[in-house]
Formats: sequence, structure tokens, C-alpha cells
Amino acid sequence: MAAQGATASRSGLRSALPLLAPAYLWLTVAIFLPLSAMVFFSFMTELPLSGKPWAFTLGNYAAFFSQSLYLTLLLASLRLGLVVTLWCIVIGYPAAYVLAKVLKGRSREAIFLLVILPFWSNGLVRIFSWAMVLREGGILDTALNAVLPFKINIDLMYSYPAVIIGLVHSYVPYMVLTCYLTLQAIDDSLIEAGRSLGASRLQVLKRVIIPLSMPGLVAGAALIFVPVVGSFMEPRILGGRTGTFYGTVIEDQFVAVFNWPLGAALSFILLAVVLIILAVASPVLRRAA
Amino acid sequence: MAGVQVSNVSRSFGAHKALDDVSIDFADGGFYALLGPSGSGKTTLLRQVAGFDFPDSGRISIGGESVERVPVEKRRIGMVFQNYALFPNMSVADNVAFGLSVRGEAKAVIASEVQRALDLVQLGKLGGRRPHQLSGGQRQRVALARAIVTKPRVLLLDEPLGALDKALRVDMQIELKRIQREIGITTIFVTHDQEEALTMSDRIGILRDGRLVQEGPPEEIYDQPKSEFAATFLGDANIFRGESTGNGIKLPDGTAIAAGAGAKLAAGAKASCAVRPERIRIATDVEAQDAANANMLKGQVSKRIFAGNNSTYFVERGGQTLKVIVQNTGIDRLAEGQDVVLRWAPESTVLIATS
Ligand SMILES: Nc1ncnc2c1ncn2[C@@H]1O[C@H](COP(=O)(O)OP(=O)(O)O)[C@@H](O)[C@H]1O
Ligand SMILES: [Mg+2]
Repeated sequence: MAAQGATASRSGLRSALPLLAPAYLWLTVAIFLPLSAMVFFSFMTELPLSGKPWAFTLGNYAAFFSQSLYLTLLLASLRLGLVVTLWCIVIGYPAAYVLAKVLKGRSREAIFLLVILPFWSNGLVRIFSWAMVLREGGILDTALNAVLPFKINIDLMYSYPAVIIGLVHSYVPYMVLTCYLTLQAIDDSLIEAGRSLGASRLQVLKRVIIPLSMPGLVAGAALIFVPVVGSFMEPRILGGRTGTFYGTVIEDQFVAVFNWPLGAALSFILLAVVLIILAVASPVLRRAA
Repeated sequence: MAGVQVSNVSRSFGAHKALDDVSIDFADGGFYALLGPSGSGKTTLLRQVAGFDFPDSGRISIGGESVERVPVEKRRIGMVFQNYALFPNMSVADNVAFGLSVRGEAKAVIASEVQRALDLVQLGKLGGRRPHQLSGGQRQRVALARAIVTKPRVLLLDEPLGALDKALRVDMQIELKRIQREIGITTIFVTHDQEEALTMSDRIGILRDGRLVQEGPPEEIYDQPKSEFAATFLGDANIFRGESTGNGIKLPDGTAIAAGAGAKLAAGAKASCAVRPERIRIATDVEAQDAANANMLKGQVSKRIFAGNNSTYFVERGGQTLKVIVQNTGIDRLAEGQDVVLRWAPESTVLIATS
């Protein structure tokens, strides 16, 4: 089937060209040109716009390897990406399963809306509302102390967990959506067939449902992992001093230090690392899917 | 192997009664066809036996063991779905192995059992294929192999041949029947195809609106239908409606139709008679006497459909169109518009009480 699709699309390419042209034009203008400029910048000593004299250098890339801080932060960011992705799977997959296989009609639509809502709200608003919930004397703290008979101090603000909570909240809809789509495509009769053959619900989940929804899990994970590794907004606002990650350092180079060349070089190193990870992981994941 | 008893089972969805007090005894080793129009509750009944759904009331037992509240995976049944429901992420062999593998059988045992099951359905060489690389008929065979490899107590099939084309369907009917005989498994077969039910099963149950209308061996239901519905749903029938004369009926125009010797019904009640089209003789000699075929009606041929080995005549008589099927003997070809006389034996007439 896949092979058929490929040959069909190849022969149909010529006629599809007029349809594809606007998309390619847009990609060229909006992504390729700025990106090329950034590649160019990353090899410069100074920003040409600043008026100072500049020259070509590999120094910006060398900086990454000369200071262990960058590597440490990159590893921390990769770990952050992994943890957030795992939490998104843990929370998002069951939610997608319930949406696709348990709920029907109205209640499905309502829950779907709740899951998608963070998607539609402004990122900053989302993060600052978490700040109000998580800080000492904030909503979570006050609510828990109102219910519990003893006094506890909940101050998650400016901590690693706060960053995780904020990021998971932002990105879990991706996982729910991609998993929902693959789960919904699984015919209920497959589940019934499994059970009629003596498999418990858990065995059906492990042997039939999860393998068949692997493409959704992989797509969701890729959609979440990549941006989370480079994220800076949630770490900065919710993480405070603990929120220094690779992404925040890149942001600093652009908005605070105005060292665009170094910022650009650090970005491309991140891009390379992420691409290598995806390339290494993809054969394994493809086999699983 | 075991028989299945369904006793007074009812199941409603909201206000709709999908099953209404159904009782059927599925004999051990028998091949039972559940026949009925779409929406009559066949699938619902099968799902109660399988354990995908539970009855509101009534009892179900498999092999004498009460199973109403036993979940599917504990009932030891085999099921074949209309859309095959093969696992697309597994090879044919892994599909067939699934039931044995979740049970924790040893690898060597699984391999030999799977091969035996695939050989039984004549797919011994295709174990390595993926389901999407198979034709419809082959998928059906894999689904069957997968369902029987676990040695279930009952085999349940929900319109398993519905998606196949006619020629393949006939092949599969023969094949399915052969396999069923070979392993002697109690089989419940859901179909809406009356011919399939007649040729394959040793008992048929006819469902309508969630009720069991009639059940018995195919010959009995065909020859002695107890309702107009059973008469017309299983095969073709000419239905005459009138008033009971005890062992026959009188049509509104006064014509009497005699039923077989066994027929008995209170005189004066509303009743109908059913006659199979192939039991009626059609002739042009109005005056001739035929003592054996005492029932006689005059009419006019309105249409003839030639089908090679037989012809179907549509005969207009008193505002009713009657159907007569005549074997092609090379003689007695009647033209449209011709006046004819229809004769048939009282023994070929079934008297049916109507309400
Ligand atoms: N899960 C269900 N929810 C609501 N109604 C149902 C459900 N399953 C079956 N029905 C209804 O019960 C009736 C019988 O259905 P079914 O057993 O599938 O008929 P058949 O298999 O004979 O075509 C139908 O009217 C159908 O709409
Ligand atoms: Mg059905």
C-alpha cells in the first residue's frame, strides 16, 4: 500500500506542481531566507548591522566546545525534553484512549475541547496563570491549606517541577491529538477479536492497541521533544534561577547580550543534535510502529 | 465442545427491544443458522453468547455452565467477524498464534498448532504474509483458523461470507462446512442470506424484531412455515388470505383452497395459505381433471422469466400476482397473456393462523 502510494505520488507530481508552488514559495521566503541569514551570522565575529568591522570565524562554534557550561545545559535541556515527553505520554495517551474508545457523542466533544483549550490560549497567559497557581500563597497553596487540617507550604514556583508542569500543560495536546487520531482508526472489532481469543484487556492493550497506535505516539513525541529542548519561555518564567537551560541561553544571546552570531551558532548545534537523535531513533521507532 | 442454551434472553437498548424473550437450544456439534432481516437482533444475540454484551434478563449456558456474567475472554469461544478483524500489525501466523500465545503456551506447541490450523484452511504456506497481502477469501480463512486454533467450545460467525463475491462465497460455504464437520464444533452462524442458511445448517432459527419466529431443521421450516413471515423470508411463497374452513381457507370471492391432512384451525377465523411456487402445476387445459392436485385457480400469464433450467411465470388472478416456477422440460412453454389454470395438491398447502 505504501509503495503504491509512493509511485502514485511520483507520477502525479507534475500535475501537482502548480498546487505545490505557493507552499514552496512560502517556505523559501519565510524559512529558508532567514535561516540562511542565520547560518551566515553564525560564522561572523560581529553583527554586520552594528556598523563595527566584522570577519568570518569558527569561533562561535568553538565557544560551545571550549566552555563545558554549554554542553551541561544542552544535556539538561535534552533531559527536560525527555521528561516532558514521557509525562505527555503518561497523561496524553490514556486521555486519547478514553476520548477515542470510551466516550461517545456530546461528552467526547466537551472533553476534547478541554484538552485542546491550552492550544488556543496565549502562551504567556498560560504560563503566568501557572505562576499564580504554583507560587507560595498562590491558588494551589491556599486551596490545599483550606482543605488540609495541618499547615503545609506549597511553593513550587521557580523550581524544576514548575517548569515541567508548565511545559507538559503546553505540549500535552499534541500527544492527545496524534494518539487520538491513530486510536480512532483502530477498529473496535480488533479489540473484540483479541478478547474473544482469550486476551485480557491489558493483553489487548499491550499486543494490539499500543503497537497499532505507535505512529501516533512517535509523531506526538517528535512534535513535543524538539520544541521542548529549545524552550525558553516556561523555564524562564516558571523556573527562575533554576530555569537556566540551553534555550534560555540562546534567547539571552539574541535579546540581552546581543551576540547574535553566538546565539545562531548555538541554535544550529542544537538543531544538529536533535536531527542526529531523530535519525538514530527513527529506524528503531519505525520497527516498533 | 459443548452445546449452548439460551433461555428467555431479553436485551433492550433504551426503549428498543433488540432481543425479546429468546430461547434457543444449540445442540452440541450442530451447525445452527440464525436468519433474519437486518436489525432483527442476530448480532445482538450472538454477542450475548460471545460475552461482548450481557442480557437484561434470561440465562445463557455453554456446556451446562452458566455464563451470563462471565466475560468474553473466559468463555472459551471462537469468533469470526464480518470484516475479518485480523490484526494488521502481525503476520498471518502471529494472528493465528495470538490466542495460544496470550494463554502462555510453549513456543513449539504454538508453532505446530498454528501450522495445523493453517493447513486445515489450506493456507499452510502463507504464514509469513501480512493480512493486507491476502485476498478477501484468504483473510476469511485466516480468521477462521485463528478462531478454531484455541479449540473453543463454540464457534460464532457473524455474516462471515457477507463481504465475498458470489462464486467465492459458495466455495467458502463448502469449505466452512467441511471444517466444521472435521472438528465437530458447535457452530452458530449469523446470516441474512436464506440460501446460505438452507444449504449449510442442520437447524435454522428465524428472528424478527428481536423475537424468535420459528426454529427447526431447514426442511421443516421450508415445508411447514408457521407464519407468513417465515414462509416468505425463507424461500418464496404465494400467500392466499381468507377465512378458515377448518382444514383450508375460503378466499373472499368464495373459492376454496384445501390444505394438507394435518391442518386444523378453528373455522371462521382469519387464516392464510402458503404455497411454494415450484409446487404449482401450470396448464392450459381448463377442463381436465386432476384428483391429486385438487386446488385449482384460473388466471392469465402476465410475465415469464426464463432462467435456463427453469422458468418463472407471473400469473394474474383476482388482483393478486402469483408466482409459479416450472422446470425446463422443453415442453409447455406458455406465452405472456395466455389464459392458464393453476393446480396444486392440498399437501403442498400450508395453513397459517393470522391475527
Ligand atoms: N449498542 C447498541 N446500542 C443501541 N442500539 C443497538 C445496539 N446494538 C444493536 N442495537 C439495535 O438493536 C437492533 C438489532 O441490532 P442487530 O442485532 O445488530 O441486528 P442484526 O444483526 O440482525 O442486523 C437494531 O435495531 C439496532 O439498531
Ligand atoms: Mg448484524
